Amino acid sequence: MKYFGILPMALVALLLAARLQAAQITVFAAASLTDVLKQIGAGYEQSSTDRVAFNFAASGPLARQIEAGAPADLFISADEARADELAAKGLLVNGSRRSFLGNTLVIVTPPDNETIHLPADLTNATVKRIALGDPKSVPCGTYSREYFDQLGLWPAVAAKVIPCENVRSVLATVETGDVDAGIVYKTDAAVSKKVKVVYEVPAGEGPKITYPVALVSGSTQPEAGRQFLAYLSSPTAQKIFREAGFIVLVAPGAK
Amino acid sequence: MTGDDWQLMSFSARMAAASTLLILPPGVALAWLLARKNWRGKVVVETFVALPLVLPPVVTGLVLLKFFGRRGPVGHWLHDQLGLEIIFTWRAVVLALAVMSFPLLVRTLRAAIEEVNPSLEQMARTLGAGPWRVFFTITLPLAKRGLFAGTLLAFARALGEFGATIMVAGNIPGRTTTLAVSIYQSVELGEDSHALLLAGLSASLAFAALLAAGLLQGGKR
Repeated sequence: MKYFGILPMALVALLLAARLQAAQITVFAAASLTDVLKQIGAGYEQSSTDRVAFNFAASGPLARQIEAGAPADLFISADEARADELAAKGLLVNGSRRSFLGNTLVIVTPPDNETIHLPADLTNATVKRIALGDPKSVPCGTYSREYFDQLGLWPAVAAKVIPCENVRSVLATVETGDVDAGIVYKTDAAVSKKVKVVYEVPAGEGPKITYPVALVSGSTQPEAGRQFLAYLSSPTAQKIFREAGFIVLVAPGAK
Repeated sequence: MTGDDWQLMSFSARMAAASTLLILPPGVALAWLLARKNWRGKVVVETFVALPLVLPPVVTGLVLLKFFGRRGPVGHWLHDQLGLEIIFTWRAVVLALAVMSFPLLVRTLRAAIEEVNPSLEQMARTLGAGPWRVFFTITLPLAKRGLFAGTLLAFARALGEFGATIMVAGNIPGRTTTLAVSIYQSVELGEDSHALLLAGLSASLAFAALLAAGLLQGGKR
């Protein structure tokens, strides 16, 4: 009789071991990656025992959270500056950082707009409010400001700016119709049916937008993080990024 | 303290004062109706007014955003008929503060009015005073400590409001940024010492207002 107990116990022990091996990977990622990363994370969970959790926000606040010791394994920023800040403080694992995605800025408006077609139209008196990411903490806002500076339009639009917390709140604000226009990434505009893309900044013009990803030094499970980082360059992940409108740059972790 | 910090403090104080003044007339009227009259739907109105006390402030903000946005029923009308923009302007700040602090004024004042002995009001009526005169010369003076305390509480609440404000007024430096919103932004930017300075300012203002309210409400005549 007593031998019958061994099999179930062994099974339980195996299950427990599998449980213990399964890591919970925490990824701090730029708000513009919300939809694609959720999709990629779900795919990853089907091929691995590890779970992936995301913290989406503007890259500036994410960098502040990591500085404050937030338990992140990976950081994906929408600009190099935020990753540089963390790297300078020794908070990113040397050699793990790669810029793997690119993006494009677009001007979006509520669907009923008929007067805004070009960046210069934003200086018209009829355009009262323009939603941007807060240029101080939101990469998309920083890029938007750089772009206006390049065009020499910043002084004319500065007073109309409604600074938003992250790129998705810019999108949401344009959707409500409470502003006349906003600047988001092409990939954000693509997830909304309630905004109209009136202008896409042509490739080669405007600031170069790249997304660096890196392992966070404080990670307690760097191996699990490294695996997910490598997965981000898998054909499956790249296909999802491309379909969402991102520009896939180099493959992180690829040899 | 930089000039911007002073501007921030004065802007927040002015917005809180404006919202408190705005809610005084309806607040006094409603407090009296709740304290002195029995009417159909009283409990419902009472509950409705208390909602902002317990709802997450962002929910209140969301409701205001839906009503007062350019596409919202009220906002649409104001925009088309009067050319008034609410959302993302100082008006939205006042609106959010007013809605969030209204229950504090009404509840405090209502309790004070209930404590006024109704027979004093009746005596005044028998001596020929009209209802308005009774209210302004008997009821309100006797409930004045509650009125002041409620007003100060509402003002203090308005000074500290964050969630609803950021939803409807955003964070436009020099135009809609309040003390509370600025503290949040300073933390986001990693400017912790600035955030602490503003937090200290905010705490002193709130402490002074609450202390005054407490002295008025609890102190002996």
